[in-house]
Amino acid sequence: MDAPTIVTSELPLADLAQKLRPAAAVPPELAGAPTADDVEPPSAQETAPRALFEDKYHRSTGRFADRVFRLATGSCAAVVASLILVVVLYMVKGSVPAFRDHGLGAIISPVWDPTNQKYGALAFLFGTAYTSLIGMAIALPLAVLTAVALVEILPSGLAKVLSLAVELLAAIPSVLLGLWGIFELVPLVRRFEISIYKSPLGLRRLPIFSGAPLGVGFLAAGLLLAIMALPFILSVSREVLLQVPRAQREAAYALGATRWQAIRKFILPYSWKGIFGASLLGLARVLGETMAVTMVIGNTPQIKASLFASGYTLASVIANEFTEAPSDLAISALISLGLILLLLSVTLNAAARIMLFYLNRSAGAPQVAK
Amino acid sequence: MTSRSLALAALATILLAPAAFAQTTNLSGAGGTFIFPLASKWFTEYNKLNPKIQINYQSIGSGGGIRQFSVEQTVDFGETDGPMSDQQLKDSKVQPVMHFPMALGGVVPVYNLPGLSLKFSGPTLASIFLGEIAMWYDAAIAKDNPGVKLPAEPITVVHRADGSGTTYTFVDFLSKVSPEFQKKVGVGTSVTWPVGLGGKGNEGVSGMVKQTPGSIGYVELIYALQTKIEYAPVKNASGEYLNASLDTVSAAAATAQIPADYRVSITNPPGKGAYPIATFTWILATPSMQDKAKKQALHDFLVWAVTKGQDYTKDLGYAPLPKSVAQMELKDIGKMK
Amino acid sequence: MMSSHRLRKFHGRLMETVCLLAALAAVVPLFAFLWHLVAMGAGAFSPALFTHLPMPPGELGGGLKNAILGSVLVVGTATVLGIPVGIGAAVFMTEFARPSLTSALRFACDVLSGVPSIVMGLLAYQVVVRPMHHFSAFSGSIALAFIMLPVVVITTQEMLRLVPHSLREAGHALGIPAWRIASSISVRAAAPGILTGAILAMSRIAGETAPMLFTSFGNPFLSMDPKAPIATLPHTIFTYAISPYEDWHRLAWGGALILVLGILGATLLSRLILWWHQRSLNS
Repeated sequence: MDAPTIVTSELPLADLAQKLRPAAAVPPELAGAPTADDVEPPSAQETAPRALFEDKYHRSTGRFADRVFRLATGSCAAVVASLILVVVLYMVKGSVPAFRDHGLGAIISPVWDPTNQKYGALAFLFGTAYTSLIGMAIALPLAVLTAVALVEILPSGLAKVLSLAVELLAAIPSVLLGLWGIFELVPLVRRFEISIYKSPLGLRRLPIFSGAPLGVGFLAAGLLLAIMALPFILSVSREVLLQVPRAQREAAYALGATRWQAIRKFILPYSWKGIFGASLLGLARVLGETMAVTMVIGNTPQIKASLFASGYTLASVIANEFTEAPSDLAISALISLGLILLLLSVTLNAAARIMLFYLNRSAGAPQVAK
Repeated sequence: MTSRSLALAALATILLAPAAFAQTTNLSGAGGTFIFPLASKWFTEYNKLNPKIQINYQSIGSGGGIRQFSVEQTVDFGETDGPMSDQQLKDSKVQPVMHFPMALGGVVPVYNLPGLSLKFSGPTLASIFLGEIAMWYDAAIAKDNPGVKLPAEPITVVHRADGSGTTYTFVDFLSKVSPEFQKKVGVGTSVTWPVGLGGKGNEGVSGMVKQTPGSIGYVELIYALQTKIEYAPVKNASGEYLNASLDTVSAAAATAQIPADYRVSITNPPGKGAYPIATFTWILATPSMQDKAKKQALHDFLVWAVTKGQDYTKDLGYAPLPKSVAQMELKDIGKMK
Repeated sequence: MMSSHRLRKFHGRLMETVCLLAALAAVVPLFAFLWHLVAMGAGAFSPALFTHLPMPPGELGGGLKNAILGSVLVVGTATVLGIPVGIGAAVFMTEFARPSLTSALRFACDVLSGVPSIVMGLLAYQVVVRPMHHFSAFSGSIALAFIMLPVVVITTQEMLRLVPHSLREAGHALGIPAWRIASSISVRAAAPGILTGAILAMSRIAGETAPMLFTSFGNPFLSMDPKAPIATLPHTIFTYAISPYEDWHRLAWGGALILVLGILGATLLSRLILWWHQRSLNS
């Protein structure tokens, strides 16, 4: 009998690869989307290399119908592939006047002054970054702890119900969360801000709590973003935790660990890379969030450290000002903001997926531990 | 097979449905939120009288109306309460652009201080919106309101986040009464506000003021009335504190010299009983419109609006056009035939 | 002094409680939202909501008829445009393309699905609204089709990949041409999953607001003309939510409830399809 599998962090992730790619690729906003769980996976024999399709490389089928069909579907694929290029192209084309006029200032200048035709993106970059940061700072720990609760601690029936509930959260359109935000969340946040403002400890002197307690602003927007990022990060974290091999857990318990010690020292370190990838995907998602943020952020282009302050994000300013932009230069400036947003989201998205891909690949030689 | 025929039927319905609506003439317009309550009443009533004409008006702000009409050319007419500048007229891809005054309205300062009734002078308002006055118990406000106990609360300024004719009228007034405001902020549909939150449209500003205690903003009168927020009387050039009303707004227009193209500012007028922050509101149209049916429809609507349509202004807090202006205008509307 | 074991156990229990509290905190927003949605939306629910057109501000008794029908038209057109192209692309990726091309295309789709919807709206504005010199329902549909495309491709591809190769090989053995294998075997086998993906993609775009702001633009009248501006449900909800009129707020919540019920219905429908399919497989 072989010695038990060594507990290292380099255990094979072939299993993880199979399960993780569908989960990462099918965002939880398609709550209830069929995953690998829902359909019988093919047996090992059936996933053998597609030897029979060699003939497609030789194009020897020659049948007219085949060629037409292949052309039709191929052009569909070409449309999809070119779409990403078309988006980037149009965004770049539209931004050229703004960059020609402002140079690098179009990005790094903090001044947004339509009257004097001065357009700089810095205030919006700050707003987007700050609100996303607040959102992730709340959502990430919450999501990881919840995933741990769902996978390790709660009985599986209850866990399934709760995870369904959180996935449903992902299906709620942004504008509806914004609707709830305006009427229910903002008054709550204002009450919280007023209590800090009036606090005898003088908390309002801290830069992070300075300014008038309005309710709308960075904090409210950050909370809504946290609510939106949570299901994303949770669903992938859950998958990652579920993929930890039994051997890892058994080794922990064999060494006499308590449940929490097993989680903390054996399971979480094993999973952290996947969770990191998940949080990058969540971040990429909240960067582009428009409606909910527009409804609660206060629409003021300014750079302030305070949670109470009102601000503006890249997406919100485009939403508010695009149809009313007073000049071609203004439109171009707004498109340049869209370009920045596009590049940020796409880069983060691509980086996260590449990272997850190499994570699966670097799994060393296949192992027996089944 | 059945699912395929179902899909074909659905596709056919989608493609053929528009034919059912072919007989109606659809006009689309975009412009200020200032006029929206009145415009929307007008278009609904006009549609009742002429079911074949549907006028779709989207209030996106005067700046947007000017842009979408004159440059992007995505709508048939524009609407604004800040007249187009000479530069904008020159840059317009649509030529010629005609301004047709539709009604008069007043911009009022609105505030959220339950239980208090305040009044403001022009310079005080200018200082508040410049951010120079940060607390409600400031000396300048106290001077305008002798004997009133002002709260020790910070002032939250609310302005427009979008390009707005309401803004234009308000800053036009403030620039006339405060040289500092003129220098630091200036006049336009979109200005750089030193302080404050941005609301989208008159609706956004009134919504924000209503929800934010200690805030102050500026909106068209009807928005203050419909949302039941407190609005303040403003000191005019003759030294009287006046509320915006039918009489005071009409008085503001009475002394104005109306030029041939109707572009005129009537803020801070001399004369007793004249409200200081009033404005005309204009529809922008062009006689060089291509579609004959639409042009005729627009012409007919304009004739109705400056005659019968004026009856609807009073109930909604606007003031009707002075008779002389309406008469003058009918001749120019004739160019739209 | 607690023994090491007791200390670890206590620490463990404490942290586990923290996790459970986190799980509770994670579901609270959903229930808070649903609670308010039902409480406020139910008040607006009446036949008038579906049969009346909007009233000018300040007048009571308006409805959302034009917005509901508008959403149906715009989403319907987007679906007709997006689904066939998406399925076609996925079929190409699984049945005909070599693995490197498939990976590249899949990567492109993954990246596309991360493009913010407002950027897609900007694209539709430049590509459709500007040349047409007109805001239109059609441009809104194009924007939504762009958003829907990568989602449909990815789900369809996943479903096609799960079809066992033995089925395809059997087709080859019988001399069936490749195109027939792709359509009658692969797609048909994966059909329930593909359908589910399509339904979920539709429910996703039904809630999109940002692209509508500068494509379909809004319309207070009932219009089914693809070339004219049109009202859609999420856009109307947004406009009403930020307005100061109480009656419009009421309508916004009513519209929100309609939207959520629609999305819920789509999710249930998709689960039903999968369950029915599993049953017919097992019987």
